[in-house]
Amino acid sequence: MSPDLLKLIFGRLGFESLPLHEPIVVGTFAVVALGGAALLGGLTYFRLWGYLWREWFTTVDHKRIGIMYMILGIVMLLRGFADALMMRGQQMLAFGGSEGYLNAHHYDQVFTAHGVIMIFFVAMPLVTGLMNYVVPLQIGARDVSFPFLNNFSFWMTVGGAVLVMASLFIGEFARTGWLAYPPLSNIGYSPDVGVDYYIWALQVAGVGTTLSGINLICTIVKLRCPGMTMMKMPVFTWTSLCTNVLIVASFPVLTVVLALLSLDRYVGTNFFTNDFGGSPMMYVNLIWIWGHPEVYILVLPAFGIFSEVTSTFSGKRLFGYTSMVYATVVITILSYLVWLHHFFTMGSGASVNSFFGITTMIISIPTGAKMFNWLFTMYRGRIRYELPMMWTIAFMLTFVIGGMTGVLLAVPPADFVLHNSLFLIAHFHNVIIGGVVFGAFAGISYWFPKAFGFKLDPFWGKMSFWFWVTGFYLAFMPLYVLGLMGVTRRLRVFDDPSLQIWFVIAAIGAFLVLLGILSMLMQFAVSFLRREQLKDVTGDPWDARTLEWATSSPPPDYNFAFTPVVHDNDAWWDMKKHGYQRPLTGFRPIHMPSSTGTGIILAGLATAMGFGLIWYIWWLAAVCFAALLVVGIGHTFNYHRDFDIPAEDVIRTEDARTKLLAGAK
Amino acid sequence: MSTDTHAAGAHDHHHADGHAHSTFSGYMLGFVLSVVLTAIPFWLVMSGALPSKQITALVIMAFAVVQIVVHMIYFLHMNTTSENGWSMMALIFTIVMVVIALSGSLWVMSHLNSNMMPIHQMSGMK
Amino acid sequence: MTVAVNPAQTGEPVFYLADEHPHPEGWSTSLGFWIYLMSDCLIFAILFATFGVLGGNYAAGPAPKDLFDLNLVAVNTSMLLLSSITYGFAMLTMQQNKVAQTQIWLAITGLFGLAFIGIELTEFAHMIHEGATPQRSAFLSAFFTLVGTHGLHVSCGLIWLVTLMVQVQKFGLIEANRRRLMCLSMFWHFLDVVWIGVFTFVYLLGVLR
Repeated sequence: MSPDLLKLIFGRLGFESLPLHEPIVVGTFAVVALGGAALLGGLTYFRLWGYLWREWFTTVDHKRIGIMYMILGIVMLLRGFADALMMRGQQMLAFGGSEGYLNAHHYDQVFTAHGVIMIFFVAMPLVTGLMNYVVPLQIGARDVSFPFLNNFSFWMTVGGAVLVMASLFIGEFARTGWLAYPPLSNIGYSPDVGVDYYIWALQVAGVGTTLSGINLICTIVKLRCPGMTMMKMPVFTWTSLCTNVLIVASFPVLTVVLALLSLDRYVGTNFFTNDFGGSPMMYVNLIWIWGHPEVYILVLPAFGIFSEVTSTFSGKRLFGYTSMVYATVVITILSYLVWLHHFFTMGSGASVNSFFGITTMIISIPTGAKMFNWLFTMYRGRIRYELPMMWTIAFMLTFVIGGMTGVLLAVPPADFVLHNSLFLIAHFHNVIIGGVVFGAFAGISYWFPKAFGFKLDPFWGKMSFWFWVTGFYLAFMPLYVLGLMGVTRRLRVFDDPSLQIWFVIAAIGAFLVLLGILSMLMQFAVSFLRREQLKDVTGDPWDARTLEWATSSPPPDYNFAFTPVVHDNDAWWDMKKHGYQRPLTGFRPIHMPSSTGTGIILAGLATAMGFGLIWYIWWLAAVCFAALLVVGIGHTFNYHRDFDIPAEDVIRTEDARTKLLAGAK
Repeated sequence: MSTDTHAAGAHDHHHADGHAHSTFSGYMLGFVLSVVLTAIPFWLVMSGALPSKQITALVIMAFAVVQIVVHMIYFLHMNTTSENGWSMMALIFTIVMVVIALSGSLWVMSHLNSNMMPIHQMSGMK
Repeated sequence: MTVAVNPAQTGEPVFYLADEHPHPEGWSTSLGFWIYLMSDCLIFAILFATFGVLGGNYAAGPAPKDLFDLNLVAVNTSMLLLSSITYGFAMLTMQQNKVAQTQIWLAITGLFGLAFIGIELTEFAHMIHEGATPQRSAFLSAFFTLVGTHGLHVSCGLIWLVTLMVQVQKFGLIEANRRRLMCLSMFWHFLDVVWIGVFTFVYLLGVLR
């Protein structure tokens, strides 16, 4: 075939795009391909495709979508963590003239992919998954406001993850660092597909994130059960509300910035170029207007989880509920006023730097207030050191250290020394692992019995906990030291042999974290095997306080046979205190949204369109875009998106629970 | 914040259509006002009626703000009661965000340009 | 410790709704759509910020004074304003349940929208013909992107408008279609609000500069 025709069909995709010259990637591909083939074969052999399609892929049930988000997050954690191990290994070895085992081309992709995956495809799905699962249950709703949109949002997030994963085996990923600063990310310096993979993965996933933010705001505002006023909402619901407000108010900024960068790359405009009046620093300014709220998007729900866990396992009402709510709201607003602290060294001068330095320091006040609220909740409580509570304590200790190094970095003169050093790396891993990751783990172990009807195995949970916590400290405390000694981030080889010992310690820490992750997978497996012993029939295994524990574990499709009525904070605790009697008769049909495959189809088309744009396969992009329009518009011609669960089904489900509860007594 | 609108047992479903009370006179009033508020700034700029450019700029910006408010009230039917005040709250929050992002970017970038030499001037010097 | 089977005490508060009415369809739609518009508002805010920062960087190329024809902008603005009021009339006739009249007003709105897009494309074509392409300078990049994004939104609104006209023709002014027309009305008027910012800050202030 003529090269022109080939180019028309395949764009810039060709055999040379496959990274066959990278033995590590080829090995990874072999493992993934074998594993994937085994998985697909297994699914086909056990005839699970129909079940998966009907019950999971097309579901609009917020609980199942929440679980799928969690699975996505954990799978991507394995990928992101593999990148982390490779970096730790490289930096441990590349001393005294050794080049390590990663060439620069590959190493740069590894650290970029690590950052992008961990933030967008691990932390975001874990947080969104927990919010999706828990919030409607906590507010006594049957589903979210826009169930179809919820399914669509999830599959868009998956689409973004698919694009990032595809870059590992087809072409390459960006070599720019996780925020792809221009001019490096402009077409002149990054002419290959890496940055395009980055752009389209984030754009596809970003649409999903924004829509899911809108969806959850509406759910919380419009679907609270009777009696649940704003100031009677559980704290996790409050933090979710604020997080989703932040999502809706910040992800559009990311969308625009990436769109402008793609215009620079595809059309040749001059937003962030070095000539014709473009300003690369404008990109830095804009992306951090999104980037700083993003870290609060991640950590606020974690704060909510810790609040729920602390009050449940201390057997006390949360100390200072009102102050907790106000602290959350204040953080929400303040998180928009600090973005410049990410680039104090850019040269905006003293007045700008002092303003943003001061706002940054102010933000530690509401966060500190939260910390004291948790401490006072525990004070004189009957604390049960179950796994979620252990993660919470580890969080409190770790996060305070991370927060204090953050305040240190907020001082502009100090930042001029520490900027871009490993001290910064240690700081943000300290708050993100200590805050978000520990929070997600606390949430997983806390709500797992609600989602699956059995608790997680405590032995492997504790193994995982101790490996993670010690591993974290071993891995990141040395980075503080190295950063203070002036080691900058993203280095591949080192000259000074005296630094090596610290990198060795950090690598050992990373290895311990690996054991922690493996223990966690082990924990899931063991818990599944021991599910009969770990079973929870009451629906309330922790003697907890909020509404999600009022229904069975796992909850029925409709969540609550009758919509609850709330009179107090900690609604379920209030119900228990007043001798609430579960209704046994009078069940009625329940109106529910029906499943639809449109979400996954649309997201699949969007992903394929992204792939076409990345590789300049213009016909593919055009066809997918047209198909997106047709399917999207076609979907609006379907006016019947609901059905009724018949009363008999409700009665059958509720009677089964009555029997279980009677047996449990 | 809306606190006690969800009184126990009584769902109030009548807030959903806070937008439905549009009237002919409302639309016409909004339209006439918008036409006037559009025409004057255009005339000011095209004729150069005001002595200084600064004053003209300030005046047309003021007209823009007023016209946006007119559109909000007469075309988008904004009021403090629709959706129990949530629409208004979302709008106010958005305005705050817009002001922060806009003025912040302009402030930061202009300080950068005065402290560091802007790139386009540098290239002009070559 | 299950409490579910304790005997009921009289005078205790009610903890569930025995007689429940599900939320009507579209209970959250208008708030949800409003919040979407707010996020869209931020998209425009960032484009305005970009224009504000880069709008003076002509790179020795053409400046607003050389390019903008305020007469054309005024005509274009009136197209959008007229389409706003005709959409308002469509909503009024919709409230009176008059299908045919609603359709006519929607069609007129669509024509005004089309005229707006047509004039804007003419203006763009003219500028590009004169060498003032989006690639020429940061100012032109920011100009084309900001105004073009608005135009893209209007085009999406037109596609949506046609879809809704088909749906109203097919299914009548049923509740779902009324809700959709309401959302499009918010969208359409919102674009008008954005245009106020565009003609003031981009065109008028640009010519003043």
